[in-house]
Amino acid sequence: MWEIIRSTTPEIVWAGIKYTIPIAVISFAIGLVIAAITALIRISKPRGNGLVKGIWYLGKLIFSFYVWLFRSTPLLVQLFIVFFGLPNIGIQFNAWTAGIITFSLNTGAYASETIRGAISSLPSSQWEAAYSLGMTYSQVLFLIIFPQALRVALPPLSNSFIGLVKDTSLASSITILEMFMVSQQIASHNYQPLLMYSIVAAVYAVFCTILTILQHLLEKRANRYEVAEGE
Amino acid sequence: MIKLTNVDKQYKEHHALDNITVEFPEQETTVILGPSGAGKSTLLRAINLLERPQKGMMTIGDLTVDFSNNLSNHEILALRRKTAMVFQSWNLFPHLTILRNITEGPIHVLKQNKTVAENHAMELLEQVGLADTANRYPSQLSGGQQQRISICRALAMNPYYILFDEPTSALDPELEAQVLRVLQDLAKSQHSIIVVTHNMEFARRVADKIVFVEEGRIEFAGTSDEFFNRPTERIANFLDAMKF
Repeated sequence: MWEIIRSTTPEIVWAGIKYTIPIAVISFAIGLVIAAITALIRISKPRGNGLVKGIWYLGKLIFSFYVWLFRSTPLLVQLFIVFFGLPNIGIQFNAWTAGIITFSLNTGAYASETIRGAISSLPSSQWEAAYSLGMTYSQVLFLIIFPQALRVALPPLSNSFIGLVKDTSLASSITILEMFMVSQQIASHNYQPLLMYSIVAAVYAVFCTILTILQHLLEKRANRYEVAEGE
Repeated sequence: MIKLTNVDKQYKEHHALDNITVEFPEQETTVILGPSGAGKSTLLRAINLLERPQKGMMTIGDLTVDFSNNLSNHEILALRRKTAMVFQSWNLFPHLTILRNITEGPIHVLKQNKTVAENHAMELLEQVGLADTANRYPSQLSGGQQQRISICRALAMNPYYILFDEPTSALDPELEAQVLRVLQDLAKSQHSIIVVTHNMEFARRVADKIVFVEEGRIEFAGTSDEFFNRPTERIANFLDAMKF
């Protein structure tokens, strides 16, 4: 048994480093950008004259629809639609691109709710104090609001990221040779499914544990201005 | 000078500012008094455009706006940069050190060089006796200290006017005194100041001009001496009600 573990584990870990981690990291980064934009648009209050206001409301509607759509359908189905379905109407992606697009949009939908909640949880007096200094909207956002919202959003966002790392196993279904797919293939040769799937489970667990430790370090840093309370 | 002419602000059922016309002279301290809910804070916040009146004109120095028009972003920023606001619950930025709380505005809004901004911030902290807190975070300081820091944050913007919205209402009497001393120094040094307060003793000591607001209207505007000489029955009642 040790011989099998020793000979197959490197292959599985390598698939993780080559596919699982890059897909998760890239999708999460893109997903965060989508999430922040979505959250801001959904929070915004349409202003301006008739046409501008109309387009603004339409934009809000579209982004709300997007969040609803991706939260109401299974990720596996979304992957299938993007990779196997869209070619029917002439939109074709390779597996990598299809995976990244789907994972990013899916993460973006969930994370946008997290970010929206975090921004709304900040007292409006923070906006007012920043505006009273003469800051522009984007200065208030980037200098005052986002850093504080990020601290609130860090634990739920870490949850999303850890979830995403595990969800990348679904990419096997659209022909991506990530960890799970590799262990599946090995199991079909050596007839040791219990062992192979246990190994891959352990590798996922190690990856996620490392991420959890990173999360704690980040939280500690983000909370540095609160810990000293009552000193 | 700051001048409001026929300024009107209406919430659904509530007339917060009812055709207000008033002047706030330069290099003087004007105290806004009145019962709770009279519209004092709304008046002050209108000057900073945190509240947007629906009608009327406002002049701050060389800028004049008509509230019945849509204000452009440019106008809003230009007006806001003329004044700085000190809030009742100070509203420091909890994620920034004391020094950065003070320098964030000068660096990003006034485009000051970082060293210049930091030196100025340290001078201001020195003046309020809090130079040793520069690298700490707001949550590590007392309310009175935080309020003095927020005064530094306002002063660092070199504002034409400083607006104080009940700056001591959330403080213990002891801490209140610390903040009032800073305010009194500012008043003496010819800053242009507008203060909303409930502290009559403070008003009596520092006000050059007093504006008395009730139900969204200006009931009285005149010198401090005139006000404390009980010019109308309403003001006499108000002053008597403050005694115990």
